[in-house]
Amino acid sequence: MSRGNLIPILVVLGVIVLFWYAMAVVMNAPWQQTLNARANLSDVPFTEFVGQTFAQDKPVLPAPHQVVGAIWTGLFGAAITAPRSLAFHAGITLGATLLGFALGTLLGVLLAVMIVHNNASDRSLMPWIIASQTVPILAIAPMVVVGLGAVGVTGMVPKALISMYLSFFPVVVGMVKGLRTPEPIQLDLMRTYNASPLQVFMKLRWPASIPFLFASMKVGIAISLIGAVVGELSNNAGGGLGVRLLTGSYNGQTIQIWAALFIAAALAAILVILVGWGEKLANRRMGVRA
Amino acid sequence: MSRLQRIIAVVALLFTVLTLVLPIGSFGGVPAAASTSIPTVIFLVATLAAIGAFRLRSPTLATGILAAIGCILLIVWVEPMDKALAGFWTLLVLTWLLCWLFAEQLSADIRRGKVNDGLFGWLVPVAFGVAVLVAWEAITRGANVPQVLLPPPSMIWARLTASVPTLAADFVQTFKAVLAGFALGCGSGFVVAILVDRSPFLKRGLLPIGNFVSALPIIGIAPIMVMWFGFDWPSKAAVVVAMTFFPMLVNTVAGLNASSLIERDLMRTYAANYWETLFKLRLPAAAPFIFNALKINSTLALIGAIVAEFFGTPIVGMGFRISTEVGKLNIDLVWAEIAVAAVAGSAFYGVIALIERAVTFWHPSIRGGRA
Repeated sequence: MSRGNLIPILVVLGVIVLFWYAMAVVMNAPWQQTLNARANLSDVPFTEFVGQTFAQDKPVLPAPHQVVGAIWTGLFGAAITAPRSLAFHAGITLGATLLGFALGTLLGVLLAVMIVHNNASDRSLMPWIIASQTVPILAIAPMVVVGLGAVGVTGMVPKALISMYLSFFPVVVGMVKGLRTPEPIQLDLMRTYNASPLQVFMKLRWPASIPFLFASMKVGIAISLIGAVVGELSNNAGGGLGVRLLTGSYNGQTIQIWAALFIAAALAAILVILVGWGEKLANRRMGVRA
Repeated sequence: MSRLQRIIAVVALLFTVLTLVLPIGSFGGVPAAASTSIPTVIFLVATLAAIGAFRLRSPTLATGILAAIGCILLIVWVEPMDKALAGFWTLLVLTWLLCWLFAEQLSADIRRGKVNDGLFGWLVPVAFGVAVLVAWEAITRGANVPQVLLPPPSMIWARLTASVPTLAADFVQTFKAVLAGFALGCGSGFVVAILVDRSPFLKRGLLPIGNFVSALPIIGIAPIMVMWFGFDWPSKAAVVVAMTFFPMLVNTVAGLNASSLIERDLMRTYAANYWETLFKLRLPAAAPFIFNALKINSTLALIGAIVAEFFGTPIVGMGFRISTEVGKLNIDLVWAEIAVAAVAGSAFYGVIALIERAVTFWHPSIRGGRA
């Protein structure tokens, strides 16, 4: 993101927040009118009415400052180990995300290495890898969690497996492309050096594929988080941001849902940025000038 | 003849001998050897002959036929047995080795031009798929895997054919949301992209945000949408709209920038106005990007609609069925539902890919013959 984009982004964000406040008034108005009618309040001035719509207990659409307040108390209002703390739930989700992401990246790289080095696995695996992503795995996430729970595998592992299934795909596709970027002339040079297949891999193919690896990992870590959140939807007891979403929806706690949603979004953003930093670091070590 | 093929062939010989001598399974508590069945003995001897007689280079056709027979034998054996013994697992390994050898040999033949790629190329992935299905069936039945964990494919198929009306009703309910949401989300993303494209300021402000939002777990808004739009399919369509909008927006804007300056200059020398340039140059140039978004969105839409049904739905729909039948531990019905979803998702993707081939016939990736 270049500096020149900052002002347009801020303007667009400002418009979105203003629009949000306006929608909060519109969507919360009917219920507020009912409340006021019950309390025999007539002729509430408009400015006061707007204030009321921003301060409901279970609004249809919470105002931005209500969500921010809920996030603040959720993060700093309780001890980090207390189940009331949003940081506690975010930590649970983060653990499953990272484990799944690590497993998925590892699997993706291994598959890509196989596909690039073996013609038969290229032909037999690649169509199925693509087909595997048309299976709506998120939709069966609850079943994976319940099924593994029935044989005693509980906690972080089932969620991580779902994250793995989602995140290995971009890594395979990116790495197959990346490992194939060396041109014939470069491979020929390695041959004139009498390089073994392992040396060709370590000194030519692997370095050439690093940019592709990081691009894939950015996509992969974002969908790992989605996988972990959806995996939590079926397991009330375990905790995590997905559980906050679910209990919020059962109890009509809209502010809680929005707060969990924003924490998840912030987590996704932080993770993607961290991978971006890793990319910069790797690039610098490999001699790329920024 | 690669070293890998030779290694596979030698290991396959070893496992053939092992299968001949080891007990294959127990029937009513009595262990039986593979040598009690004449077809199995013939198969094993034929394998020894095919690999041994050609000095580890069995002809591709022979390997393929042997692999297929191995698959059939596995299925036939596993049906009546109450517990699989060592011989059964060596037979399974042997069959996998034969399938692998077949894939290796066939792809080597295709690369050398001995076999036509167009006619027989599809056999390699199909062989892999069949091998996975057979191993799934053999392992779940042979090792008596708890049904809650993973039912065998034959059981899923039986359940699928037995409950067609339920599955059809669920499918219709969910696909209403998928199609409506997909059309609305992609359509509005497309229109907004064209509007945004006219303003460089908006483009610079909206694109980074759009890119960012595409990476967010938008699926989390499902409970909110169910609160806003009710239990029936419109709330699911709303989730799908939110999920598909941003990928479409980002890709279309990127695509509209794909035409080069020199091409736009040419349109200018023709005195083409904005709309003519848009329809005759920039939209066609953007088509590969737009189809990329449509393909991404086709899987997202299905996922969004199914997950949204977890948060409340009338008593029909694929997501509803999955979540309730998991609770009742009817895992075979859940897998049947997943099979339907996978086939529907692949078909949806395939239709878009076909339209893409027809529309962007000029693109190098299509002219090269590989999509």
